[in-house]
Amino acid sequence: MIYDVTIDGTTFRLDLNLDRATGRWRCLVDGREVELDAVLPQPDVLSILIEGKAWQIRRERLASSLQIWVGDQSYAAEVSDPRSLRNRKARGDAGKGPRHLVAPMPGKVVRFLVEENAAVEAGQGVVVVEAMKMQNEIKSPKKGIVLKLSVSEGAAVNAGDVLAIVE
Amino acid sequence: MFKKILIANRGEIAVRVIRACRELGILSAAIYSDVDRAGLHVLSADEAYSIGAAAAAESYLNIGKILTVAKRCGADAIHPGYGFLSENAKFAQACADAGIKFIGPSAASMEMMGSKTRARQEMDKAGVPFVPGTSHGLESAQQARDVAAKIGYPVMLKAAAGGGGKGMRLVGSAQELQSALKAAQSEAQRAFGDGEVYLEKAILNPRHIEMQVLADEHGNTVYLGERECSIQRRHQKVMEEVPSPLVDAELRRRMGEVAVRVAQAAHYHNAGTVEFLVDPTLEKNFYFLEMNTRLQVEHPVTELVTGLDLVELQIRIAAGEKLPFRQEDILIRGHAIECRIYAEDADNNFFPSPGKIETLMTPAGPGIRLDSGVYAGWTVPIDYDPLLAKLIGYGQDRQQAIARLTRALPEYFVGGIKTNLGLFRRILEDGDFQSGKIDTGYLDRLLAAKVGREDMGVEKSVAAIAAAVFSVLDSTANQTATKPGAAAESSWKRTARTEGLT
Repeated sequence: MIYDVTIDGTTFRLDLNLDRATGRWRCLVDGREVELDAVLPQPDVLSILIEGKAWQIRRERLASSLQIWVGDQSYAAEVSDPRSLRNRKARGDAGKGPRHLVAPMPGKVVRFLVEENAAVEAGQGVVVVEAMKMQNEIKSPKKGIVLKLSVSEGAAVNAGDVLAIVE
Repeated sequence: MFKKILIANRGEIAVRVIRACRELGILSAAIYSDVDRAGLHVLSADEAYSIGAAAAAESYLNIGKILTVAKRCGADAIHPGYGFLSENAKFAQACADAGIKFIGPSAASMEMMGSKTRARQEMDKAGVPFVPGTSHGLESAQQARDVAAKIGYPVMLKAAAGGGGKGMRLVGSAQELQSALKAAQSEAQRAFGDGEVYLEKAILNPRHIEMQVLADEHGNTVYLGERECSIQRRHQKVMEEVPSPLVDAELRRRMGEVAVRVAQAAHYHNAGTVEFLVDPTLEKNFYFLEMNTRLQVEHPVTELVTGLDLVELQIRIAAGEKLPFRQEDILIRGHAIECRIYAEDADNNFFPSPGKIETLMTPAGPGIRLDSGVYAGWTVPIDYDPLLAKLIGYGQDRQQAIARLTRALPEYFVGGIKTNLGLFRRILEDGDFQSGKIDTGYLDRLLAAKVGREDMGVEKSVAAIAAAVFSVLDSTANQTATKPGAAAESSWKRTARTEGLT
C-alpha cells in the first residue's frame, strides 16, 4: 500500500506491505528499502524496529488532527492515499474561503468581543471560552469580516464546535 | 485516633489523603459532585457520598452540604486537601462548632493569615522581615507617591485580599503610578470584592522559596526545609524542587527559624507553609510573602528528602499527638523535583484541555513517584482545576534527580487530551535550569525562546513510518473484523459515498 505521510511539513512516500501469513513487513521510504518490524502491544501503542533500532510510538486521534508521539515529542501527521480522489481535491482547497473559529476545548462561551459584520485583524480576540477555571480568548485566524457568530453567550460547547466564521 | 475521615476534596489530593487513611487503619469517606461519580477518589475511598451539581459552589465549596454528609456518615474529622475550602476560616469554625475535627490550623490562625495587611501587621510585631513598603492599604494616590519615592522604583502594587497575581501591577516610574493604582484597585474590587491595595519595593528576578513548617497542639513547632518554587507561569507553580540550588545550610537555618517565628506568632498548629521572596544577590535577603495555611500541592518533594509522611503527621497532630521528633532530628537527604502535569495544551497558549483520557501509560522505576488522580477511560471535567497528576523524581543529588525525571518522562503518556508533559523535557535539558539559574521570570523567558528540535530529521521519518504502519494495521483490522467479501464491498461503498458526497 502506498501512502503520502506529511510530518510537520515534510512529506514522505511510504510503500508498505504486510505479509499476513508470516507477519513480515516490507517497507520503502521514498523508494529506499528499510528493514522494518512492527507490533501493536495495545491499541494506539506501536513498537517498531527500524534496522534494529527500537521505537515506541503512540498515536492520538484528535477531532482536528492525528498526532504521532515518538518518545515525549509529538508530531502532527497527515496520511493520504495518493490514489484517492478526495485527498487530491482537499489539497487544492486549502487556505481559501471562510475560516471557522472552533472551540479548542469543551467549555462555556463567556462573551463575544466583536459583533457580527465587524472587521477583525488576524490574531484579534473574537470570543472568550471558559474551562477549568480559566478564561481563554479565541483569536481570529485571519484578517477579515465576522460573517456569523454561531453560538450564543452562556452556551456550553464541545471541542471542535464552530464559534464564529470569519471571511 | 480518628475512626473515619471525610475528605472534602477531589482529584489527586483526595486520593493522597485516602492512601494515608488506609495506612493508618482509618476509614475514608469521599464526597463527589455529579460529574465526579466515577472519579478516582470515589473509586478509592471506603465510602462515598453525592453532594450536588458540578459547579464547585454547589458541591465542593458548599459548607452546609459537606457538614451534613460528615454528620450523617459519622466522620470524626475532615481533611480539606488544598484549594476549595482548605483555607476557609468559616469552614474550619463550622467544623469545630459541629464537633468534627478540622485537620488543619484553627479558624483564628487562618483569619490572621488570610488578610495580607493583617498578617503583615502581626508579623511586623514578631520581627519578621518584609519587602520595604506600606503595611496598610493605601489611603491616597499622594501617599502612594510618597512611599514609592522613599523606597525607590520599581515598585509593586498588590491587592490586600489577593492571590494568583490578580490586582498586581509593576510600576517602573512615578508617571505610571496613578493609572496603575486605579487599575489595580478596580481589578482587586472585581476579583475579591475589596479594592484595598498596598505598595512595596519590586525585587527584580526574585526567587520564590517557601519553608514547610509543622506544629503540634502542644506548642512544638519545627521547619522541614525549603522548596524552590521559582518555575511559574502566570503566578502558578509548574515545577518545584528541594533543596533549592540557592539555599545553603546557613540560609536554610535562618529562613527556617523565621518561618517558625511566623507560625508561633499566628498560634499555628498542623502543617503550613511560609512563602518568601528571595533576592538572589550576594546578601540573599529574604522577605516574608504570605503563609499558606494548608497542605501544599508540592508537599511530596519535602516528604522524599525528609523521609516523613506529611499527611500522616497532619492526621496525628489533629488527633492530639505530639510531634515525634525535634528540629535537630530532621535531615535533608538527596534531591527531589516535582513536575505538575496539567490538562492544558502547551503548544496552543496553554489552553485547558479537559476530555476523555483514551490511553494512559505511567512511568515507574527507581526514584520515581507519581501522585495521580486519573485513569484511562476517565473524562476530565471542565469544572475544576486542570491538575491531573504530579510526577516526582528523587535522587542522591540534583543531577541524578534530573536524570531520573528525564528517563521517566518518555515513559509517561496521556492520550486523548493535551497535557504539558512536553514542557518538562525542555526545562530539564535547559542549561540555565541545569546550573540552577532560575527565578520567577525563568519559564516565561524559556517559552518565549524559539524551540529548536535538532534531532528532528530522524524522528520525523520514524513518525512517518509509524503513521503508515498504523494505517496498514487499521485496514487489516477492518478486513478481518467482518467477512472478507462484505468488508471489501462495504469499504468500497463507504469510500464511494464519502468521496461522492463531500
